[in-house]
Amino acid sequence: MIYQGRAHKYGRDVDTDVIIPARYLTTSDPDQLAGHCLEDLDPGFVSRVKLGDVLIAEENFGCGSSREHAPIAIKGAGVSCVIAKSFARIFYRNAINMGLPIYECPEAVNGIDAGDDVRVDTEKGEITNLTRGVVFKITPFPPFVREIIESGGLINYVRAKLKVEG
Amino acid sequence: MGKTVSEKILSAKSGQDAHAGDIVIAKVDVVMAQDGTGPLTVQKLEELGVEKLPNPRRTVFFIDHAAPSPRKELSNAHRILREFAKRAGAQLSEAGEGVCHQRLLESHVKPGDIVVGADSHTCTSGALGAFATGMGSTDVAIAMASGKTWFRVPETLKMEITGQLPYGVYAKDVILHIIGLIGSDGATYKALEFTGDTVRAMSMSDRFTLCNMAVEAGAKTGLVESDEVTRAFLKERERTWDFEEIKSDEDAEYERSIQINVSGLEPLVATPHMVDNIKPVSKVEGTSIDQVFIGTCTNGRIEDLRVAANILKGNRCHPKVRLLVCPASKGVYLQALDEGLIEVFIEMGGVVLNPGCGACVGVHQGILADGEVCLATQNRNFRGRMGNPEGFIYLASPATAAASAIEGKITDPREYL
Repeated sequence: MIYQGRAHKYGRDVDTDVIIPARYLTTSDPDQLAGHCLEDLDPGFVSRVKLGDVLIAEENFGCGSSREHAPIAIKGAGVSCVIAKSFARIFYRNAINMGLPIYECPEAVNGIDAGDDVRVDTEKGEITNLTRGVVFKITPFPPFVREIIESGGLINYVRAKLKVEG
Repeated sequence: MGKTVSEKILSAKSGQDAHAGDIVIAKVDVVMAQDGTGPLTVQKLEELGVEKLPNPRRTVFFIDHAAPSPRKELSNAHRILREFAKRAGAQLSEAGEGVCHQRLLESHVKPGDIVVGADSHTCTSGALGAFATGMGSTDVAIAMASGKTWFRVPETLKMEITGQLPYGVYAKDVILHIIGLIGSDGATYKALEFTGDTVRAMSMSDRFTLCNMAVEAGAKTGLVESDEVTRAFLKERERTWDFEEIKSDEDAEYERSIQINVSGLEPLVATPHMVDNIKPVSKVEGTSIDQVFIGTCTNGRIEDLRVAANILKGNRCHPKVRLLVCPASKGVYLQALDEGLIEVFIEMGGVVLNPGCGACVGVHQGILADGEVCLATQNRNFRGRMGNPEGFIYLASPATAAASAIEGKITDPREYL
């Protein structure tokens, strides 16, 4: 898979309360959640973000609550993938379960500024900063995780498996 | 090779010789979701076509985050949980029963259990010697449907806590100190095992406070070996038969041991907007506050309410401060009524909320105005946490909260003890 878009960059400890505040957890609809994505951190994000864009962040992205609405909101906003120095544990698992690709790559975070054009090639295991012409290596996901993401999330993956097993 | 508490429980429940780094599929004993995350869990179960659960008696849905419902959308979400629980025979904890984590540790979790919950503070029950961790709605749906889930066996950080807690310093100050020390991601993916003389001398209530906030350092879970204190706690609740001794082996392998001597510790606060922004109360003393909130799964137990009421008794809440008190469960509420604590809170000017998550999560009850400051006994002070991104939240012990309510500013509780 290839993901390509403009970078939106944030600091450390971007928590799930700012990704999607609890006051909006009245729905799990991706479009409705997307309308409030990152609202308390960056109110302009929703109007700036375009389909395929990439979120870049420092350490501990997604810390806090277990709400799966966080990766749903990010994906719903059109973000193709998240690259951070590190992720909080529950968010990491939730993102994969929701089919949102996420990559731990400190070098890429240091080497990408907000507004840079970024391409992620999952087959080659490369993140390219197209604006600056710099390439960073990522460790590809194990095959089953890739299958989950490519199925669009864990539920689709499990359903497909159940179908095959018949 | 010896095993940590986590490795022992995960070995027993997976039937594998599990060590840190291994991936295991383990049997889940208790699985839960609450009204914020549960509707999505039910949606996933419906997408999978699951109507029958393998373990309905230990599958629990809690209506606690917005209970009773303040909005029609949430009322509809509550109905999804009520109807599914009825259909599938799962347990339902209604509005007013209490915060999910408090109810789990009072009535559902026992030593040696694996507990999976769609709420990050599920780690609270780890203080009983259980392996309890938070996950998202989908993972929890799969655990509800199959009775199992996969885990990466975590490395363990051994937190050896020694020394006598000084007067006016509590378990809350200890865990704030630890989070300040290792940082908000200092234990990401790891288990925190709390041990040492200080922990052995702590009540279960204090141990729950420690484990509750393990996730604020990124940990997968917090645990305490079960002992006579655990046994007595279960016996008091007529659950003597649930006791099991779970201890780590002498030669268990820890990623790191961290020694903490608490005898010189001061009352602490976490300052806005991160849980690891820890400062001694003395450094922020005098900061003006608008609201004080005493309650939550961190510090809403009877022991916490006793500490607060003792300080508040005979005083009045400062006229510019709104005091909110929320017992963590119905049982705590009834006990507090019985002991006359509720009367103290009401008479000195406080508002007593029905048991639940209410103000902490910012969905209803006690939402801050722009620029307002709240001192709370909860576990998170993230921007927007109490319903308004323009608000400021400080975290502290119930004693610090009570003393500050009287003064209208952040106050060292030792002046009132």
